Amino acid sequence: MPEFLKRGLHSHEGKLLLVVLALIVFLSVATPSFFTLQNLVDLLTSYAFSGMLAAGLLVVLISGGIDISFTASASVAQYVAMTVANAYHIGWLGVIGICGGVGIACGLLNALLIGTLGLSSIIVTIATLNVFFGLLMFATHGNEIFSLPDWFVNGASWVVYTDKNETPYAFNLQMLGLISAFVLTAIILTRTNIGRQIYALGSNKDAAQRVGIKVFRINLLVYGYMGFVAGMASLIQAQDAQSVSPNALVGRELDVLAAVVLGGASLTGGVGTVSGTILGVMLLACLENGLLLLGVPSYWSQCFTGAVILIAVSALAIERQRHRAAARRVMA
Amino acid sequence: MPRRSHHGEDTHLPNFIEMSGISKHFGGVTALADVDLTIAAGEVHCLAGENGSGKSTLIKIISGVQPPDAGGEIVIDGTRQTHLTPSESTRLGIQVIYQDLALFPDLTVAENIGFAQHLSGLHGARWAKLRETAQAVIARLGVQLDPAARLGDLSIAQRQLVAICRALAADARLVIMDEPTASLTRTEVDTLLGITRELKRRGIAVVFVSHRLDEVLEIAERVTVLRDGRKLGTWDAQEMTPARLGTLMTGHEFDYKIAVPDLAAAPVVLSVSNLSRTGDFEDVSLEIRAGEILGLIGLLGSGRTELALSLFGMRPAESGEIRLNGKPVLLRSNRAAIDEGIAYVSEDRLSLGLVLEQPIASNIILSTLDRLTGAGGLLSRERTGASVGHWIEQLGIKVSDPENAVRTLSGGNQQRVVIAKWLATNPRVLILDSPTVGVDINAKDGIYAIVKSLAAAGMAVLMISDEIPEVLYHSHRILVMQSGRLKAEYHPMQITESALREAIDA
Amino acid sequence: MTSNTPPRPAASTARFRPSPVLARLSVLFVALLILFALLLGERLFNATAIRSMAFQLPELGVLSLAMMIPLLSGGLDLSIIATANLSALAAAYIFTHFGTGGGTGAVVWHIVALVAAFGVAGAIGLLNGMVIAYLGVSPILATLGTMTFVKGVAVGLTHGGVISGFPSFMVFIGNGSLLHVPVVLIVFVLVAIPVGVMLARSPFGQKVAMLGSNEQAVRYSGIDTRRVLVRVYLLSALLSAVAGLLMMARFNSANAAYGESYLLITILAAVLGGVDPAGGFGRVSGLVLSLIVLQLVSTAANLLNISQFLSLALWGAVLLGVAGVGRVWASLRPMLKRR
Repeated sequence: MPEFLKRGLHSHEGKLLLVVLALIVFLSVATPSFFTLQNLVDLLTSYAFSGMLAAGLLVVLISGGIDISFTASASVAQYVAMTVANAYHIGWLGVIGICGGVGIACGLLNALLIGTLGLSSIIVTIATLNVFFGLLMFATHGNEIFSLPDWFVNGASWVVYTDKNETPYAFNLQMLGLISAFVLTAIILTRTNIGRQIYALGSNKDAAQRVGIKVFRINLLVYGYMGFVAGMASLIQAQDAQSVSPNALVGRELDVLAAVVLGGASLTGGVGTVSGTILGVMLLACLENGLLLLGVPSYWSQCFTGAVILIAVSALAIERQRHRAAARRVMA
Repeated sequence: MPRRSHHGEDTHLPNFIEMSGISKHFGGVTALADVDLTIAAGEVHCLAGENGSGKSTLIKIISGVQPPDAGGEIVIDGTRQTHLTPSESTRLGIQVIYQDLALFPDLTVAENIGFAQHLSGLHGARWAKLRETAQAVIARLGVQLDPAARLGDLSIAQRQLVAICRALAADARLVIMDEPTASLTRTEVDTLLGITRELKRRGIAVVFVSHRLDEVLEIAERVTVLRDGRKLGTWDAQEMTPARLGTLMTGHEFDYKIAVPDLAAAPVVLSVSNLSRTGDFEDVSLEIRAGEILGLIGLLGSGRTELALSLFGMRPAESGEIRLNGKPVLLRSNRAAIDEGIAYVSEDRLSLGLVLEQPIASNIILSTLDRLTGAGGLLSRERTGASVGHWIEQLGIKVSDPENAVRTLSGGNQQRVVIAKWLATNPRVLILDSPTVGVDINAKDGIYAIVKSLAAAGMAVLMISDEIPEVLYHSHRILVMQSGRLKAEYHPMQITESALREAIDA
Repeated sequence: MTSNTPPRPAASTARFRPSPVLARLSVLFVALLILFALLLGERLFNATAIRSMAFQLPELGVLSLAMMIPLLSGGLDLSIIATANLSALAAAYIFTHFGTGGGTGAVVWHIVALVAAFGVAGAIGLLNGMVIAYLGVSPILATLGTMTFVKGVAVGLTHGGVISGFPSFMVFIGNGSLLHVPVVLIVFVLVAIPVGVMLARSPFGQKVAMLGSNEQAVRYSGIDTRRVLVRVYLLSALLSAVAGLLMMARFNSANAAYGESYLLITILAAVLGGVDPAGGFGRVSGLVLSLIVLQLVSTAANLLNISQFLSLALWGAVLLGVAGVGRVWASLRPMLKRR
């Protein structure tokens, strides 16, 4: 077997790929409706939001931090953008700008607080989650925005393919967002110096400072990026749901974290890849979707997801223990 | 004894650094007073001194982290330097490799080597250039490193090589290494020596900061000794001995005469027969009597710490027998070992011996918590207070408040806290693993005095070390361990330092 | 490292030292009291308002205790709410399906119901403990998995519905008072005091704190840290069960999703109360004071007709503000000393 293939299979991503492939094969065989174009398109669309957030969270985790507040930032971003869009005719550029801008602002605030308060990132972002969400709910009285501008709702989709039943399949905004998020994150992490500096920071913060990496600036970038992605994700989610509800998104943070960690990102930083994250999201998405299609009642699906997470993180830990024991034997 | 000699002195190489009249005061404290130092291009120089001698401050001044007080002059490469900054110092070719190496375990070797050149700043990552640079440097140095390997998967010695490569990639003219041999095996030290020669051949000066006196003299061409911020002098390494160096560094003559008591009549406390554990040690047999200090010396990788951990129940042996006071014991956990009366003072005081952030008092009672209870199973304030007070007094631990974090104590006092913790468990056998690592020479004596008084009171002591003077002058009997086996036994009065060194290196 | 004279035995230094955390919180508490006294006056300082605070605090209080113990050990337990709910549902099921007739038979069933609640919680706690201590999974991930799984089981069994209609003694516990003190508050105090004493003064509590700061060193000192960790998560789960029973007593119903918004608040309360999120430090007294501050803010906000969501925001702001003030104070102190 060629060397790179061997190394690939031993890596976390390689093993995860096998698991995901096995799951897909199983589901395709077990239920005819899984491996259909319609289902796959629907899957991509409905998991675009979580997927985009996972891409942003990955960057934060690699830098050695964590962010729990992104669902709140997303909620604020979409609410502000849609309120403005309903009141003024601002068009796509406008909503993109507002969502991005609000998201970035929330992210920058996180970075600022983390850098100056001496509190760990999990505590700061728990606090900002409550601040953003609380203020949003207070200001909106929990009111949903039911009607969004037509040009927004009719959205952006480009029919790509029509099958023999005259059913059109479209490449929609959600897919665009999802793909862009992953591509952009991958480029940043592997093709730019900043990306390597983020890995370095997560790997050894002291050494990073000594090499001259400006931790505060990197944090601004990392949390700002998370905020930006959250803003964009909120936009595509609003377009999909065709309404904006201030408390619909908060509560899903830990699901996104689970996906990113299953994909191999470490909570201590320095480790994680886009491919791994994609696989992590795919694993959870296919699992939930598969359960649904197999006729498992929806109120049991969370139980399965939880069991899978537990098994997966346990397997990861056992693997790491074995790896460490082997390395110790080599060095002794 | 064959010394690794350096092939003549290159007497006419220009001086890379000339420092004169360097002083540094912090508030009322004098860190450095009127120090001169010259380092020639390609020279291997050692800076020797105890904690507080000023050597760290001097390094910081050379690397631009701290400015010297007015009046001092630094000339680097013929140019007088005013306002030396870290980046300027790096530009001039001064690289410092600290003991913790400051590398990124999750990045590859190539990324670590070329980070400063190719990965800082805002632009696309130049992977090809990075690989080139790394490969070039690795080849120049003649070492075996895989540029694509993840740094965290490498051994400490290999990581050190990466750190040196990184210095080289930054066009170093002077590489300062802080305690480079602390975690290296004998073979690895030899590799380092080879690397140093290679650096020297390229005209790169190397400054070692080390407290390992015999290695210092092995590696260096010249030695500068600092004490209390002043330079005592610079000597050729060949004219120096570890003993003389130690005296210079501390200003004291140490009475290195040990009186070995007659222990023939003392009962055997610990008896080990044919103990083996695959990959760690094989067929080890030894005996320690009450009141005896048995020195076990071996370099890193000889299996000495693994043996200690077996005796302490943390890495149980696979075959062989351990007897305490004649009774065979099965030690499957450290709790079992402690209950049988065995205590282990780890060589890694900061991570394994102490909980640095917590109070001194909590550290002292850590191993005896279950014995200090009172009403209702809760900790009794009287009993814990009495225990803490007793040990602070008994071991002479200098504390202003036992509730202070143990982190605030000096190395020597911290070690006394660790010993206190273990003595509180009322052991019959005390295993000390490199007990004076990171302890000032002055404080070392205090530790040795404690050990001797414990032995005099009947404790069986196993003192493991890789420092020859430590076992030669402070134990009653010496065992040499190599590659997992006990090689030889010596009586300290019947062997010299150099002979012992040979026996270990052979 | 100063004097050479042997110090007096440490017992004398164990006299009460006001910790900076308690001092900070007390100042904050007093400041808020004054502020709210000015804004609300009588509306805040009357029996009804105080009683309503006394009724609301215990739920969050017990949950915060459940979160505090893992925090001390250097970990986290994200599954406390899910555990609380599943335990409550176990009890709720038995309450509503057995022993409804009354009489001694009923009492036996009631006891079985309570035992079931603690049994379920115990199992979850053991699961968490084993996975974290023996498999080495990081606490955030392990309890994230458990939380999802346990909630999944709860939702699966109840189809997301509610079970209600409990025996009168439960309703009394939830809504009644003894000598004008709400029973829930009594339960909280009866739980908080032993937990506080245990953490501060028992060998187990010491072990937890020490291992929170450096697990390896504690292991090398002869302590079975894995068993300690299992006990930590077991305790956390049992406390969650208590919280679950309190909630179900108050609402007279049990559901898989009650109290979910509390999860992150418990962490906030603990950190505000001086618990170091990295482990090793924190006292129940600080936590209680922090809970009182948070409850005060919440009730005052309520009375000022400020939405409860704003108090969420205020809680976050309080935490950030306290940290900020702490930072400013720390940088100012050297300057003040020089004067």
